[in-house]
Amino acid sequence: MPKYAMVIDERRCVGCMACVVACKKENEVPPEQFRTRVVEKVEGKFPTLRMELRSELCNHCDNPPCVYNCPTGASYKNKENGMVLLKKYRCVGCKSCVAACPYDARYINEEKGFADKCTFCEHRVKEGNQPACVATCIGKSRIFGDLDDPKSVVSVALRDNHSEVLLASTGTRPRVYYIRKFGKPE
Amino acid sequence: MSFEFSRRSFLKTSGLLSAGIVASSLLPDKFLLWAEEQGMIKGRYTPTFCEICFWKCGAIAKVVDGRVMKLEGNPVHPGARGKLCARGNGGTGLLYDPNRLKTPLISTGARGEGKYRKATWDEALSLVADKLTAIKQKYGPEAVAIFTHGTPTDHFLPLLSAYGSPNVGMPSFAQCRGPRDVGLELTFGEGIGSPERLDMVNSKVVVLFGSHLGENMHNSQVQDFAEAVGRGAKFIVIDPRFSTAAGKAHTWLPIKPATDMALMLAWINFLLSEGLYDKEYVAAYANGLEELTAAVKEYTPEWASKETDIPVYQIVETARLLGKNAPAVCIHPGRHTTWYGDDVQRTRCMGILMALLGSWGREGGTFMATKASFPKGAAKPFPEPSKAPLNLGTFPFAGAEGVTQAIRSSTISGAPYPIKGWFVSGTNLLKAIPNQKETLEAIKNLDLLVAVDVMPFDTVMMADVILPECSYLERYDALAVGKGKSLTVSLRQPVIEPLYESKPGWWIAKELAKRLGLGEYFPWNSYEDKIKGQCALWGIDYEELKKVGTITIPNTATPFITPTNPPEFKTASGKIELYSKELKEKGFDPVPRYTKHQQPAKGEFRLIYGRSAVHTFSRTTNNPELHELYPENEVWLNTEKAREMGFSNGDYVTLKNQDGAVSNRIKVKVTERIREDCVYMVHGFGTTSKELKNAFRKGADDQGLITRYAVDPICGGTGMRVNFVRLEKEKNNA
Repeated sequence: MPKYAMVIDERRCVGCMACVVACKKENEVPPEQFRTRVVEKVEGKFPTLRMELRSELCNHCDNPPCVYNCPTGASYKNKENGMVLLKKYRCVGCKSCVAACPYDARYINEEKGFADKCTFCEHRVKEGNQPACVATCIGKSRIFGDLDDPKSVVSVALRDNHSEVLLASTGTRPRVYYIRKFGKPE
Repeated sequence: MSFEFSRRSFLKTSGLLSAGIVASSLLPDKFLLWAEEQGMIKGRYTPTFCEICFWKCGAIAKVVDGRVMKLEGNPVHPGARGKLCARGNGGTGLLYDPNRLKTPLISTGARGEGKYRKATWDEALSLVADKLTAIKQKYGPEAVAIFTHGTPTDHFLPLLSAYGSPNVGMPSFAQCRGPRDVGLELTFGEGIGSPERLDMVNSKVVVLFGSHLGENMHNSQVQDFAEAVGRGAKFIVIDPRFSTAAGKAHTWLPIKPATDMALMLAWINFLLSEGLYDKEYVAAYANGLEELTAAVKEYTPEWASKETDIPVYQIVETARLLGKNAPAVCIHPGRHTTWYGDDVQRTRCMGILMALLGSWGREGGTFMATKASFPKGAAKPFPEPSKAPLNLGTFPFAGAEGVTQAIRSSTISGAPYPIKGWFVSGTNLLKAIPNQKETLEAIKNLDLLVAVDVMPFDTVMMADVILPECSYLERYDALAVGKGKSLTVSLRQPVIEPLYESKPGWWIAKELAKRLGLGEYFPWNSYEDKIKGQCALWGIDYEELKKVGTITIPNTATPFITPTNPPEFKTASGKIELYSKELKEKGFDPVPRYTKHQQPAKGEFRLIYGRSAVHTFSRTTNNPELHELYPENEVWLNTEKAREMGFSNGDYVTLKNQDGAVSNRIKVKVTERIREDCVYMVHGFGTTSKELKNAFRKGADDQGLITRYAVDPICGGTGMRVNFVRLEKEKNNA
């Protein structure tokens, strides 16, 4: 059984937003809503500056607060591939999950009345393709694969590089990892 | 198509499935996607290439039931490598933009008033043909000029040549790449091409003078850039602004604007005096080392430090870094290089650096184009114009793309002969050429202004007749031939039929030719026939090309200089010209010399401009997919300056330049990422065309503030970073 994860190598992100548009087109995300975004953070004073470009999306947590807080059982963790997904027909749009997610990864599709979020492009992955954002990533900053396969790109990247997850202290155990700097795992 | 998609209607529509998906053109996209997932509808995939910018990336369109759902990069196209940038991904935003030009339009008011009536194609084309014929009879065919950019050029330039005029002006020369191409041609006998032949992935050090890769989204080049960053190449980024590229750099040099040549000349001097240059390479391939050495003696790091605001130690350290890593040093010669009017000479400096480091034609530097080429087919020769072209102005090294503002000047003055007709395709002149007043004045003198475009851009809305071209996803265009390490040919083919009454450029050109009695220059029935003929001549399997989009001719030649693969320099001397006799003969400096440029007065800022990764020129600001990501530009202002002046982040201001030109309102971005003596904005905003409902009057137009331009006497490039602005708080009208 695959254990899917995404690794985001921030060193290689150029903030071009190709992922953002590809995701919207692939998943028909409504205007003004996004399943992924690129956050730009600048620290320091001129001329000693440092910039971080960080892609954010659903972390497909192994300990997902959105799932625990869903009153209707619409949100669930797929037992086969570990993706955090949503049964739209069970969703009543109550926003519990939106409030519970510490990563601000969910939105309500106002027109259709259900919550929505990144699915790791499950429909593409099932067919052996990469998620849309990964496929189009200009910098090869986003990589995707199976953590249970030691030869997968994500396993190799995590073995060779120092990585972190976002908001580790919340105990969500994300499946989206970030490489922020050059260097081996600590 | 308004179709409420509730759970109830979903169930109702899925009931239709048993009867087959008959009414599917009325069904919402989401349903179609779902149906496709269930295997009920199969998407159709058609390869073509993108036209949201000029990189021409191979794209594959997914069409479900006649609607283009998504565009993806074509894996076999060298410019895309399976990926598209945000703009390419957002190409359907152009296709389905509700503000598209839908029918031919004929002006019913004064120019610029924006009053039009719908016309039939026959009426509009006949009107254009009649007016063109009248101009030809009265003034001669040379009195019509064409301004053009992108693939429409392949249809309308031949039309103008057949009509008998040599006067073409592409902003891509005098407002963009011209000085770079000329500077490299003078040095190496050839340009760097497009896509630029940079071997960045193998570089140990990469130098970017103002090139803001990442924000400047040239697909495969940015892929190479990220790859080089990932592999640990050291980037030296010279930019008054902390660009995305600067954020990835080993060394960021926040140079005082307009002093780049001081740093380059100091580097050249340092490499020479420390003996850090590639002596073997220079001895074998270059001319004029002695003259160069003598001419740059005065440019010491100490001198350059005072000019550039860069500490001496950084100038020396970076020069050593270059020398130590040569030849695997990539000096990016830039692309939009019309900055200060001495831009050919600045490019010459970069060329000389490449030569000294031995990086031209070497791994990690630049590579050489394939020598393979396709044979030229026989075509009816165009008539010889009776008057000399005026599109080269007085510039001895102006390129074949022409000098736009030379045509503009002649249109205003009538000298050396009058220009009475403008044909504008694929370019928004008001946003492309500096000094809009001159452009408008020239337009006043015209008997005919025709525009062919997909969208009602500012310049289109000045035209007497507007001919709506369909978007790149609905048409055939000329085969795109790429000359990188290998020779490639890519096909643009329609993925759906043209929407509304829009028509492909080739059809418009052919129909006009017919009405002008020039039909014999367009001797094919459809453009597909023409392409098929070309493929047959080139030995390309057309059916295969239709299926895969891009065919690569394998290349056996090595792209790098080796003892068995010596370079050929097509310069006058057959060598790299460190010292240029050609320039000397025309009265220019044979070795680049530093010119001091004016700096802003107190209270003023130099206006610099650049790109956003999600926009192309002024052509995408209305695209709903891209407008959403960056709806209006911002003016970047240094934090300290903002505090002094009392501006906060997000305040609206207007900018006023030295000549009193005032911009539309624009948001202030207060940031540490820029020097105190300049402000920056993304180019292409502040559209005045009311027909662009998303973009109308959003953000400020940099070109409106570029009233002054410094003309490069060598090639005619218009330096556009020579304007100074003041910021004024937006007056509260409430």
